[in-house]
Amino acid sequence: MPVNLDELLQGKPVFINVGVRAFGDSLREAGHEVIYLDWSPPAGGDPRLAAILDDLL
Amino acid sequence: MSLRERINAANEEALRRIVAADPVLVDVAPASEVIPGLRDRMILHSGPPVAWDRMCGAQRGAAIGMCLFEGWANDPAEAERLLNSGEIAQEPNHHHATVGPMAGTITRNMWVWVVENRAFGNRAFCRQVESFQQFGDYSAEALAALAKWRDIWGPALGAAVRKMGGLPLKPLVARALHMGDEMHNRVVASSSLFANAVAPVLVDCGLPKEQVLSTLYYTGNHPFLFLGLSMAAAKASMDPARGVEASTVVTAMARNGTEFGIQVSGLEGEWFTAPAPRVHGLLLPGWKEEDAGLDMGDSAITETVGWGGFAIGGAPGILAFTGGTAEQALAYSRDMRTISVGTSPDYLLPALNFEGTAVGIDIRKVVQTNTVPVIDTAIAHREPGHGIIGGGIVRPPLECFSRALARFSEKYQG
Repeated sequence: MPVNLDELLQGKPVFINVGVRAFGDSLREAGHEVIYLDWSPPAGGDPRLAAILDDLL
Repeated sequence: MSLRERINAANEEALRRIVAADPVLVDVAPASEVIPGLRDRMILHSGPPVAWDRMCGAQRGAAIGMCLFEGWANDPAEAERLLNSGEIAQEPNHHHATVGPMAGTITRNMWVWVVENRAFGNRAFCRQVESFQQFGDYSAEALAALAKWRDIWGPALGAAVRKMGGLPLKPLVARALHMGDEMHNRVVASSSLFANAVAPVLVDCGLPKEQVLSTLYYTGNHPFLFLGLSMAAAKASMDPARGVEASTVVTAMARNGTEFGIQVSGLEGEWFTAPAPRVHGLLLPGWKEEDAGLDMGDSAITETVGWGGFAIGGAPGILAFTGGTAEQALAYSRDMRTISVGTSPDYLLPALNFEGTAVGIDIRKVVQTNTVPVIDTAIAHREPGHGIIGGGIVRPPLECFSRALARFSEKYQG
């Protein structure tokens, strides 16, 4: 899909907030449009379990 | 075949067994006659194994009640001494193909629903549901209700069910899900469907008129009547999925008020536990947060099979009991698909465009997404001697699933 760079740079940005919601909240308070993506590190951030999941899932 | 492929194939087999289940109510009978391995002077309880000295207040109260009910003790102090001495054996219901609501206590003279899974030939058992003794109340009034179930209602319903030649529960549950039940704490429709089905047979069993009238009143006015049946049906449906080598599907979630425990198909016989969580919800008038005990009961077998919190999006009426909004309830049911192997072809939710309930909780997906099952539940007091004090929503500790995954890796990856 062709991208119109001028339009992208001059248009109003839309932010995608991944994970911790508070970052997006401050952008929204500043008047920006924010799309929230609910995400957290797999296995609560435990690297041993994440490695197991890499093999098993 | 890689281990990942073995797991996926094993989970498909576990799912196939769960959805193929055909639970049929075949009897109501004394526990001593039907529950395998239930001995005299033994109390079965909900959740993973727990010793008397670590038992929560409500389960202690319920155990005291059973000692009085069985005539093993003459008063609560004597019952407590007996339980302290270790003379009364205490084992989890799940070790006996059985489930029990809240404290879940079952002894020889407690009558139980008997559900046979006709697709596999296994049977499962659950006691009746009430609002007092199973929450830890051992008063004379609470025990009188147990005696009525033993002497009047249980025998009458047993006679009727045998005369019917059994009552298939799959179509009844499927219809109740269309009527706003979720088969855990919202069983109003299924209880009515059951009462309607059993009533004409009950009056034709040759029982004394007083017994028939009392039983008709009991079945027609008990808003939680069917919970004992849905629990037995869920247990009978889940047990054939146990012991599928390399399967990561959860076969039981159960709580004893001290610990939350899960069991996993490919790790048969093992429990993975963590401290029992607090339930968030609504308390009955007069009770405060600090009165509440922690999460308790085998009734999460309904979520394990894909009902309860997994079907709550189709049961907004339950929110009056648990709190929350209809939108949250829909989101819960959708979220549960992300941690499950598949969906049911039979148990459909009109509110979710007649899609099937999520079935087969996969510990890998739970740990990957940090999304734990949603369970709706009742709340007991933290001390012995009280009836129900509220209801709400609870989430299991992620730790149970993390521990199971680590053990699975140890067993299958070496």
